[in-house]
Amino acid sequence: MNTNDDIELKLKQEADEANIGRAEFITRVSLSIAAISAAVMAVPVVAALVAPLLERNRTFWRTVGHIDDFPVGTTRLVNFDNADAEQYAGMLTRSAAWLRHNEDQTFTAFAVNCTHLGCPVRWEEKAQLFMCPCHGGVYYKDGTVAAGPPPKRLPEYKVRINNQEIQLETAPLPITNI
Amino acid sequence: MKRFFKRLWHWFDDRAGISVLLKPLIDHPVPPRGLWTYVFGSATLFMFTVQVVTGVALSLLYQPSSTTAYHSLEFITYQAKFGNALRSIHFYGASAMIIMVGVHMIQTYITASYKYPREMNWISGVFLLIFTIFMGFTGQLLRWDSNGVWSSVVAAQQLGRVPFIGTYLARLLLGGDTIGGQSLTRFFSYHVFIVPAFIFIFIGLHLWLVFRHGISELPKAGRLVDPKTYRKWYEDFLKKYSVPFWPHAAWRDVLFSSIIVILIILFAWLKGAPPLTDSPSLTSIHTSPAPDWYMVLFFALFALMPHKVESIAMTIGPLLTVIILFCIPFLSNRGERSPIRRPWAMFGVICVLVFVISLLLLGLKHPWSADFDAKPLTVAVARPGGIGATDSTVSRGVQLFYNKGCEYCHTINTYGGKAGPDLSTVGNRLTTQALVIRIVNGGGNMPAYGGILSTKDLQTLASFLSTQK
Ligand code: FES
Repeated sequence: MNTNDDIELKLKQEADEANIGRAEFITRVSLSIAAISAAVMAVPVVAALVAPLLERNRTFWRTVGHIDDFPVGTTRLVNFDNADAEQYAGMLTRSAAWLRHNEDQTFTAFAVNCTHLGCPVRWEEKAQLFMCPCHGGVYYKDGTVAAGPPPKRLPEYKVRINNQEIQLETAPLPITNI
Repeated sequence: MKRFFKRLWHWFDDRAGISVLLKPLIDHPVPPRGLWTYVFGSATLFMFTVQVVTGVALSLLYQPSSTTAYHSLEFITYQAKFGNALRSIHFYGASAMIIMVGVHMIQTYITASYKYPREMNWISGVFLLIFTIFMGFTGQLLRWDSNGVWSSVVAAQQLGRVPFIGTYLARLLLGGDTIGGQSLTRFFSYHVFIVPAFIFIFIGLHLWLVFRHGISELPKAGRLVDPKTYRKWYEDFLKKYSVPFWPHAAWRDVLFSSIIVILIILFAWLKGAPPLTDSPSLTSIHTSPAPDWYMVLFFALFALMPHKVESIAMTIGPLLTVIILFCIPFLSNRGERSPIRRPWAMFGVICVLVFVISLLLLGLKHPWSADFDAKPLTVAVARPGGIGATDSTVSRGVQLFYNKGCEYCHTINTYGGKAGPDLSTVGNRLTTQALVIRIVNGGGNMPAYGGILSTKDLQTLASFLSTQK
C-alpha cells in the first residue's frame, strides 16, 4: 500500500510539473502570437501617424502672371497652387509670394513667411520695406533683414520666364533651422 | 414604496458592486486641516470634465475639414441655438483649466507635497500640464480662421528650431509640405482623440496615486520628511486625526468648482468667445496672428528675447523647463516641507510668478508690433512750433512720416505705434544732424533708411522731426 501511495504521489508530481511546463509554453506561444499580430496591425497605424514623412515632396512650376503686369521696380503679391493641392484643402490650396521685378530685369519671388516665426510679411510700397506684423521684423526690398528678430533674409522661390509668362517653383513652407 | 426602492438598490448594488468599488474612495481618510488648499486639484478635474462635455457637444456642430471648418465655426457662432454660448464656455473652460493647473502646481510646490512618497504624483502632474497646454494650443487652431492657420505656421516654425529633426517635426505637424488638406484633420485628431486619451490615462494614474499615498498633510516647520519613517508616521497620523473624504473634503471641492463654473458661465455670457478672424487663407496676408491669452506668454517671450540667442533658446528653453520640472522631486525628496523654512524655493516661486505675469501683461499689449492701422499724422496734430521749419517742411514731413512707415512704430502726439521711441519731443533730444544720422543708419530694431529716402526727403524728415518739441 505504502509503495503504491508513493508511486501515485510521484506520478502526480510529475504530472504537475509537466502541466506547469506546458502552461508556461502555451502562455508564451499565445503572447508571442498576440505580440506579432499587434505589431503587424500597428504598421498602418504608425504609417498614418508619420505619413507626411513618407511622402515624396514634389515640386511644380506654376504660372503667376504675364511679364507686362509687373513693371520694373514693383513688388506685387501673387498667388499660386501648392504642390499638394488637394481639392478638400479648400482655400488653403493656394499660397502667396511677393514677386519683385528687379531693376536689372530679373524677377525675385519672396516667400511671404517671416523667417522669425512665419507670420506673413507685408510689402510697404512707399517705405520700400517688408514688415512683419508679429514681433517687429523688417526686411529691405531685396529681402535682407532690416530690423527686428528675423535670423535670416526672406526665403525665395525659384523663378523662370516661359513665353513671357512668369513661373515660380512650388516649395515647402520655408522653415528656419538653427 | 420606500422599502421597495431600498431593496431594488440593494439588489442592484450587490450585483453591480458599486459601493464595493466606490466606498473606499469616498471614505478614504484625509488630514483634517487645510482642506481648502486641496480644492485646486479637484477643480482642474472638474474643468476637464466641463471641457469633455462641451467638447463633445461642439463636435456635434463642428466639421473637421479644411474646406468647411471655418463655415461650421460661423454656424456655431452666429446661427446654432446656444452655439456661441457653447463655444464661449469651452473657451473659458480651457482658460480656467489652465489657470487651475497652474495654481495647483504652485500650491503643490509651495507645500512641497511632491516629496517622498509622492514623487510620481508630481511627475504625472507635469505630464498633465504639458498635455493641457497642448490642448489649449490645438484648440485654438481648430477655429481654423486666419488666426488659426497662421498660428499653426508659427508652431511649425518653432518646431523647426529643434536641432537636426526640426524640419521633419514641422512637416509632421502640418501633415505635409505646407498647410493643406491634411493639417486640420491632424490637429483635430490630436485635440479630440489622441491627447484626451493620454489625459484620461494620466488623470487615472494621478488619482490612483493620490489615493494610494494619501493626501499630503499640511506642512509644519520642523517636521521633516524621512523616507524611512514617513509612511508609518502618516498612517498613525491618519489614525489619530483623519476625517473621511466625503463629506469633509468633498463639499469644499464641490463648492469651489461650482464657483469656478459660475464664473465661466458669467464670462461666457458677458464677454463671449474670442471673435472669429478672417477666413483661413494663406493668400490673404493682411492679418496679424496673435494667440489666445494663455499662449501670449510665449508670444511675448519670442519678441523680447535677444535675437541672437533666440533660435537656440526656442528649443533649449522648453526642454530645460520640462527637465527641471521632472527633476524637482528628485532634487529634494526629503526634509523640510514648510514654505517658511524654504526661503529660496519661495523666492523662486515669486520670480516665476512675476516673470509669467509681466510677460502676459506685455504680451496682451504687444507694444513691439508695428501698428499698421495707425491714423495718418496731420499737420494740425503735429503742432509745429519749431524754429526755422517752413510750413512746407512740416506738411511734407508729416506725409513722409506716415508714408515711409515711421509712424507704424513711432508716436507723435498720440498718433502712431509703440514699437519705437515716442518722437513727440524728439526735437529736444536730437539735433537735425543727429536725426539724419539716426535715420540713415537705423539700428537695433529700426531699419536703416539710407537706401530708401532721397537726400531731399531725408533732410525734410529730419528737420520736421526736429520741430517736435
Ligand atoms: S514672425 Fe516676423 S518678427 Fe516674429
